[in-house]
Amino acid sequence: MAPYESDDAVGAARDDNPRSGRRKAARYGVPVAVVGVAAATIGLVPALADSGDPDLPRISAEQLIEKIAKSDVQQLSGTVKVSTDLGLPDLGGLEEGLLSGAGEDGSGDGSSADPQAKLTELVSGTHTLRVAADGPDRQKLSLLERGAEYSLIHDGKDVWGYDSKSNEVYHSTTAGSGKDHRAEPPATPKDFADEALKAVDDTTSVTVDGTAQVAGRDAYKLLIQPRQSGTTVGAISIAVDAKTGMPLKFTLTPKSGGAAVLDAGFTQVSFAKPAASTFDFTPPKGAKVTEEKDAAPRHTPKHGEDFAQGFEGKDGPKVLGEGWTSVATFDTGAEGGLPTGSQGGDLGGFLGSLGEQVDGKFGKGTVFSTRLVNALITDDGKVYAGAVTKEALVKAAEAGK
Amino acid sequence: MSRADVREAGAGRRPNPLWALGLLRSELVTTVRRWRTLALLGVLAAVPVLVGVAVRIETRGGGSVGGGSGEGPAFITQITNNGLFLVFTALAATLPFFLPMTVGVVAGDAIAGEAGGGTLRYLLVAPAGRTRLLLTKYATVLAFCLLATLVVAVSALIVGALLFPLGELTTISGTRISFAEGLGRALLIALVVAASLVGVAALGLFVSTLTNSGIAAMATTVGLLITVQIVDQIPQLHAVQPYLFSHYWLSFADLMREPVYWDDLVKNLGLQGLYAAVFGSAAWARFTAKDISV
Repeated sequence: MAPYESDDAVGAARDDNPRSGRRKAARYGVPVAVVGVAAATIGLVPALADSGDPDLPRISAEQLIEKIAKSDVQQLSGTVKVSTDLGLPDLGGLEEGLLSGAGEDGSGDGSSADPQAKLTELVSGTHTLRVAADGPDRQKLSLLERGAEYSLIHDGKDVWGYDSKSNEVYHSTTAGSGKDHRAEPPATPKDFADEALKAVDDTTSVTVDGTAQVAGRDAYKLLIQPRQSGTTVGAISIAVDAKTGMPLKFTLTPKSGGAAVLDAGFTQVSFAKPAASTFDFTPPKGAKVTEEKDAAPRHTPKHGEDFAQGFEGKDGPKVLGEGWTSVATFDTGAEGGLPTGSQGGDLGGFLGSLGEQVDGKFGKGTVFSTRLVNALITDDGKVYAGAVTKEALVKAAEAGK
Repeated sequence: MSRADVREAGAGRRPNPLWALGLLRSELVTTVRRWRTLALLGVLAAVPVLVGVAVRIETRGGGSVGGGSGEGPAFITQITNNGLFLVFTALAATLPFFLPMTVGVVAGDAIAGEAGGGTLRYLLVAPAGRTRLLLTKYATVLAFCLLATLVVAVSALIVGALLFPLGELTTISGTRISFAEGLGRALLIALVVAASLVGVAALGLFVSTLTNSGIAAMATTVGLLITVQIVDQIPQLHAVQPYLFSHYWLSFADLMREPVYWDDLVKNLGLQGLYAAVFGSAAWARFTAKDISV
């Protein structure tokens, strides 16, 4: 047999030689070995690359917070990975309407390049963002999508939103939209850290929890834990760059344990000045441009700040209680309680099935639970929301009535 | 079609190193001259024409593609800005299925087709050795990957230039690059797309060594391709998805970001290399140990 075999030594070409059969079988060891080496590489390289916690001089929590406050990083570019796991079913833009309590859904009449419509996507799943900044006037935030990208570019007085998937452009000028218009939505670890540090008061324990390597840089880990009971927040861990004092990673774990509710961290960061062309934007030919003043007026709380409201309730809604157990409340004005709006009928029953009916001094209502935020929507249209347990939420709603 | 008409070159006992090149050349010519191959390339060349004409008709009144909803293959909405985007759209449209299917047909036929046609034993009479024959076959399949990708890209470039404006183009990050740089990126993308098919080519070659029926090998390869594509869509199977050869295919779009986002591109090329190593060596183990009786 095998008279055409010419690749091997003489002995191997003879099938009647019992040793050659074994030798031929041994050839299958090559692909098996390749698979083994690959598996070992995939398994071991991250472990080896994790070269242990860096040795940094000891620092107190106060010093570290001061370091963050003093941090003045003007120029940076980097890649941020944001994972959110609120424990919600994947509802796309709907959950945002549900969280903010207002019935308006971003995809209605506005442009798909509208930042408010776009950044609702950050509420669930894992996303890769790119950030670049050069001083206070030039920033860029890009949301990397499969085969497309959404960019928000702030250059001087112009704010451009460009959605490459639909080829639509959104334009507004900072001069015309009021001082509190944020060019940058909160998406970077620094934004989250700033919000979290605002909540630091006597209801909070702050400690330095060792060191870590984040995006190849040495960092201190700041651990923030609520002292109050009744909150759903377990702990917040912030990795702070030892050199610049910039937060590099932000992790929020719920009290119930499990995966982090919010994990935002740089996977790559550079403090060099980004190329000037990064912030240049001219709407491409044929793109549909929506000017801010053309877009339908909105009165929803800013998207993306719902996280902040969770532990803070900054603007708009009234805040009940203090510290970690504070509950934000506002009146949607919508009779019937649920944020149905135009999506009404078919959604009503669906939303009801997601929540849990409760009674109290506030009347009847529905509690929607996530792993972090619980929201109570009463039948007369009031919304109570906070990073508190269901019991604490009902108690706050009864007290607030 | 005679596949064994080229073996006169290897007459000496010691094979001339150039002989392998001669074998490769004859394999390439045989593959490209086959009617089946020409038909596949024709189908590939027709895809950009279809896409380009459809977009042209839809946007004739000044509207945007798909009503601006962003449906369809990547980059499709930008074609109206710049014809060069038709290259990227066409590659994004053909990469999930058409391109790997044609590669599966050519790779599946590589060994099994010769065995089925009874020409494999004649090929092996020549003193090239099985390893070298297998390498030549694989090189031919890889050359076809590149050829097929370039056919799509060039056809798309011609259609795009005829139907749409060219010039400076906007990357998906919103920055502008010159047309020359855009062309450079288009070429780079075509190379990356061709490299994305390396894994499926190795898989097809391995399947081809398992059977003596060319049709069975092609069907198995294309069937595996479809299965993998389906598995890649099932969210519950996300744990295995990063190891599927098709998982990072669309990462070529990252070359149109500014700056280029390399993470997934590198993962894609590494994964293709891994598939080539595993299934290439498996094909070698099978082919060099196989009884060639037909």
